[in-house]
Amino acid sequence: MKRWIERQKNVIDFTLSSLFRRKGKNAALILVYTLVVFMAASVVFFTHSIREEASILLKGSPEMVVQRMVAGRHELIPMSYADRIKEIRGVSGVRGRLWGYYYDPVIGANYTLIVPEEGQLNRGEIAIGQGISRTRLAFEGGTLEFRTYEGALINLEIKKVISSESELVSSDLLLVSEDDFRRLFGTSRNYATDLTLKIRNPRELNTIASKISEILPDTRQILKDEILRTYDAVFNWRGGMMIVILLGVLLAFIIFAWDKASGLSAEERKEIGILKAIGWETSDVILMKFWEGMVVSLSSFLTGTLLAYGHVFFTSSALFEPALKGWAILYPQFKLTPFIDASQLSALFFLTVVPYTVATIIPSWQAATVDPDSVMR
Amino acid sequence: MRKSNVFLFYLALNIILLLVMFTHASIRRQTDRESIAEKERMVRRLELTDLCLFTEASYTRHWSQADLHTPFQDSPMSLEHFPSGSILPPPPTLRKMNETVD
Repeated sequence: MKRWIERQKNVIDFTLSSLFRRKGKNAALILVYTLVVFMAASVVFFTHSIREEASILLKGSPEMVVQRMVAGRHELIPMSYADRIKEIRGVSGVRGRLWGYYYDPVIGANYTLIVPEEGQLNRGEIAIGQGISRTRLAFEGGTLEFRTYEGALINLEIKKVISSESELVSSDLLLVSEDDFRRLFGTSRNYATDLTLKIRNPRELNTIASKISEILPDTRQILKDEILRTYDAVFNWRGGMMIVILLGVLLAFIIFAWDKASGLSAEERKEIGILKAIGWETSDVILMKFWEGMVVSLSSFLTGTLLAYGHVFFTSSALFEPALKGWAILYPQFKLTPFIDASQLSALFFLTVVPYTVATIIPSWQAATVDPDSVMR
Repeated sequence: MRKSNVFLFYLALNIILLLVMFTHASIRRQTDRESIAEKERMVRRLELTDLCLFTEASYTRHWSQADLHTPFQDSPMSLEHFPSGSILPPPPTLRKMNETVD
């Protein structure tokens, strides 16, 4: 065993010396390789963690949302619809949800206004998310001015700033009492934005949804499962931005592998020829090339993965932020919880290290089986 | 020091860091458990349906509630022009078929 280890170390010594002879080229190769792994690993870590977090958080979403559609658009729903839905067997509760958007011309951003259940806020009081507080420099005890649908100005007092820990769900929220909501938008008490349902048995969801569409044909039903799948779809590998980044990474890899598999440089062929001439076996040459592939790919893989972890979980994916932010003014500042596991790492390993190592060995094996004399010429 | 030893040391160091990474992730999951539960309670209490990720347009903010008019939100001829529109595929609600049509 000791002899075997010593042999491997000798080969690694030789491989490293050989790599050092072409310092510039190999350093550039390792740098680019590390960047490719870094990018792929960042995407995998980020998407997996946000998907996982979304699936946990949105478990609290309503079982079903019923919205009224008029000419293909979402409209306010009459509260009489709630009474008709309540009669359906299996429905244990219906609540009229009041929510909407308020465009604030001062900062040019949309707030999401939500009326919480009764008793949480009095008339004239609001609670705001951290994003609003940060952008408007508005804090507890202060007031914010709003323009009602009639053009009148009203001041609402900030009773609370929602904790920064929940920014991922609350950054742009503005909680307001029902009275103030109706005062702002002029909506009648007989209408709500949409209805949320509580269902006794989740297995009856689809049956209840089809019953609702039968008795209220101008409504659409959004099930919790669809909400969860929505987030699963955007951060899955086929999602918009992910596929673009992963395609770039894949193309970079194809160029790598093609460069390696298309053959060795004249210098490398000569080196193999000399090694064979001085008594190296074909298996020794392949072993050397295997270690060469491992030195490059393993160090790039490990460094790239560690850097990606730091990027996603310590800098809050600073490189992805501009893409996610778009033109948003109220962008949440959140730190993702690292939902990572060995399966993501092994997928990355098999996608990056294995193809590269194989692509290094094959042309070397071809060169090593040729007569040394012809290789050196 | 032999070059092979330097390389093996570097490899070992990286593997240790990788293990530290997993340990850190596991500790963070434990410590974040309460804050995730708190966020989940907030979602339940306020009956939220979406994450606050894309706030640039009202319809990308509540994307699971988007309707078929979303791409033409601002005018009938206006195609989607917000950057997050290129990231977001249509939600499953808009793609589902309630009944077979043939």
